[in-house]
Amino acid sequence: MTSFDAVTLARLQFALNIGFHILFPAITIGLAWLLLYFRIRFTRTGNVAWEYAYYFWVRIFALTFAVGVVSGVTMSFQFGTNWPGFIERAGNITGPLLGYEVLTAFFIEATFLAIMLFGKERVSNRVHLTSAALVALGTTLSAFWILSLNSWMQTPQGYEIADGRFFAADWLAVIFNPSFPYRLAHMLVASLLTSSFLIAGVSASRVVRGVDGPATALVLRTGVRLAAVLAPLQLVIGDLHGLNTLAHQPAKIAAIEALWQSGPGAPFTVLGWPDEGQGRTRFALEIPRAASLVLTHDPDGAVQGLDAFPGAHPPVAPLFFAFRIMVGLGLAMIAVAWYLAWAGRGGRSLPRSGLRVLSWMTFSGWVATLAGWVVTEMGRQPWLVYGLLRTAEVAAPHPPATIALTLTAYALLYACLLVAYVLTLRHLGTKPAASLRMLGQPAPGGRSP
Amino acid sequence: MTHALPVIFMAIMGIALFAYVVLDGYDLGIGLLLPFADGHEKDEMIAAIGPFWDANETWLVLGIGVLLIAFPVAHGLVLTALYLPVTLMLIGLILRGVSFDFRVKAAATQKRMWNRAFAAGSLLAAVAQGWMLGSYVTGLTPSPVGRYFAALIAATLPALYVVLGAGWLLLKTDGPLFDKALRFGRRAMLPMGLALLAISIATPLVSPTIAARWFALPNFIGLLPIPLTSLIAFAAVYWVLGRPDVARGGYAWIVMAGTTLLCLMATIGLAYSLYPYVVLDRLTIWQAAADTRSLRFVFAGVVLVLPFTIAYTVFVYRVFWGRAAGLSYGDGSH
Repeated sequence: MTSFDAVTLARLQFALNIGFHILFPAITIGLAWLLLYFRIRFTRTGNVAWEYAYYFWVRIFALTFAVGVVSGVTMSFQFGTNWPGFIERAGNITGPLLGYEVLTAFFIEATFLAIMLFGKERVSNRVHLTSAALVALGTTLSAFWILSLNSWMQTPQGYEIADGRFFAADWLAVIFNPSFPYRLAHMLVASLLTSSFLIAGVSASRVVRGVDGPATALVLRTGVRLAAVLAPLQLVIGDLHGLNTLAHQPAKIAAIEALWQSGPGAPFTVLGWPDEGQGRTRFALEIPRAASLVLTHDPDGAVQGLDAFPGAHPPVAPLFFAFRIMVGLGLAMIAVAWYLAWAGRGGRSLPRSGLRVLSWMTFSGWVATLAGWVVTEMGRQPWLVYGLLRTAEVAAPHPPATIALTLTAYALLYACLLVAYVLTLRHLGTKPAASLRMLGQPAPGGRSP
Repeated sequence: MTHALPVIFMAIMGIALFAYVVLDGYDLGIGLLLPFADGHEKDEMIAAIGPFWDANETWLVLGIGVLLIAFPVAHGLVLTALYLPVTLMLIGLILRGVSFDFRVKAAATQKRMWNRAFAAGSLLAAVAQGWMLGSYVTGLTPSPVGRYFAALIAATLPALYVVLGAGWLLLKTDGPLFDKALRFGRRAMLPMGLALLAISIATPLVSPTIAARWFALPNFIGLLPIPLTSLIAFAAVYWVLGRPDVARGGYAWIVMAGTTLLCLMATIGLAYSLYPYVVLDRLTIWQAAADTRSLRFVFAGVVLVLPFTIAYTVFVYRVFWGRAAGLSYGDGSH
């Protein structure tokens, strides 16, 4: 029982780290491209409001990036401190993919971000623009490699196994494994959508509070229009990703839909309370045959239930709820973005009620992204490498008390940082807008980093 | 190739960790010195490292990344053995990294708190790294001697960072802060010397085979340049730190250069001692190495990418060369 407890604690700790970490790349990947867009618009039009928007958001980008970097460094160590077996057995595959992430992304991002932040009086606009483009490229390359690795753990291919260790047989097959294109597209759009709602939400609350500046309206419109395009696109990509999952990880789909028994004509459960102990869903609100229709495109099509995967399916309730939170938020995003895009057509000013809703949805992308990662990562359990290597096999033999101690320390630290981050964003977002003329002069108070 | 690749990766890891110690060393050192500066000086000190710290910390990710990629078995063994100090270091690095941004972006009333968090995080990371290094060079064995030794390095390694931090401030600032940097740098010299000496003699003391390799006669003479260069570098740094007129007369760079040279000598000495082990007397680099196909795949990436990395790192250091006083955000609130 003791070893089980240690594994559970180690999993909790990793889930905490990875869950905290993903919040920040979820913003920076998308925001980097938005910053490049602001910079390009400034260069093209010469309208200083765009430069204004750029510097306002580059500060928030830097803060977000810093939290993302430090929590990401933590993860690179935790593979060794908590999951040594993972690297010992799958390191031949995972190591190079992580290595390419460090080589092609981390240094570019960190180095050229310095120019975006401090380069104003030291480099030409062309160098500045190039730096913004390289940072955006870097964040996306980082997502490319890490999602390739994650997808390989979900849908492994291109490997050989000898003496219990994985060896790479075909690198292209490893990198472009079956779920990778779907997961990459889903995550990149998720990040753009998260940052669209972030910039639109912060701008909306500035308008509501009457502290809006010269660029607020521009940024608000950019965020709303981008969200109106991306939110429905994300629904389509998510659906394709789901079909890919059905083909490769049917147990994950069975848990998402709380399908207990295999068979034809499976109903779709809209809401309910999955009870894994009794193997049924209480208070289920069902649409007859709809699951079969969605998954097989035939109302009488046969689908595999959880009974087909004894001892090898993920926990049902967390996946069931997380999936519904993600999809529900996605639908809410479509509704809000479409309504506001329509209300703001032809430069009309947006209704106050709509702006309020938008400001409540500032962090909606975070919740949806986190729910999505719960679905995909918990949905991989009990496997670390799907169908081949179990998570419990690779954990380090630390005493549970040690892990409990470090887990508590991380949890406290992350809770404080999350509060500090949100409060700081609120502080930056509600400070009255400074005068446009300040753009040409050093910041008040002189040398802030 | 099968035989050479692990050696090449060991060298890459050594270079990355050496770069990390020097580059993030000056960041951490400035964090350690922060409590001794007044409000305006604090801003100046942080402006001196603002554009660099992020990329500097990335060398640690590369170093640990190479351990993971090239020596997967050692990655697990080393990091599992160093569980607590690694956790403390990570918490320290997290605090330090986020405080950079929070101290100027959060409400002004919180600035003091984030300054403290910045200094505390730097201290925690520096002490934990000393603990890790001390445990590593004595072979990761939980003996009492190993523990005392780790405690000694944990207590003294931060002094190396202080000297590096002072050296960086001498290049990036002037006025009262310049004089403070000289004073603090000089005070940290003795514990720094102790740390470097202890690290250098630890491996021969713990392992007779390493002692034999150093002190057998022809080798000893061949190796003599390492301690001699270290001694000269140490003396030069100490001399400049004690002579404000010399430091102001254009020789302040000697502090940073001399300390970097000291770190380089220590790295070379350590590499000579440890080779061919990745974990002292337990695991050689070939026993720990990943599959050749994996190493070859990454090596191609290293050869293609690393020259660019070094080129643009140099470019950015040139962009931000000189005193840091003018560095500020283009401010904007929209």
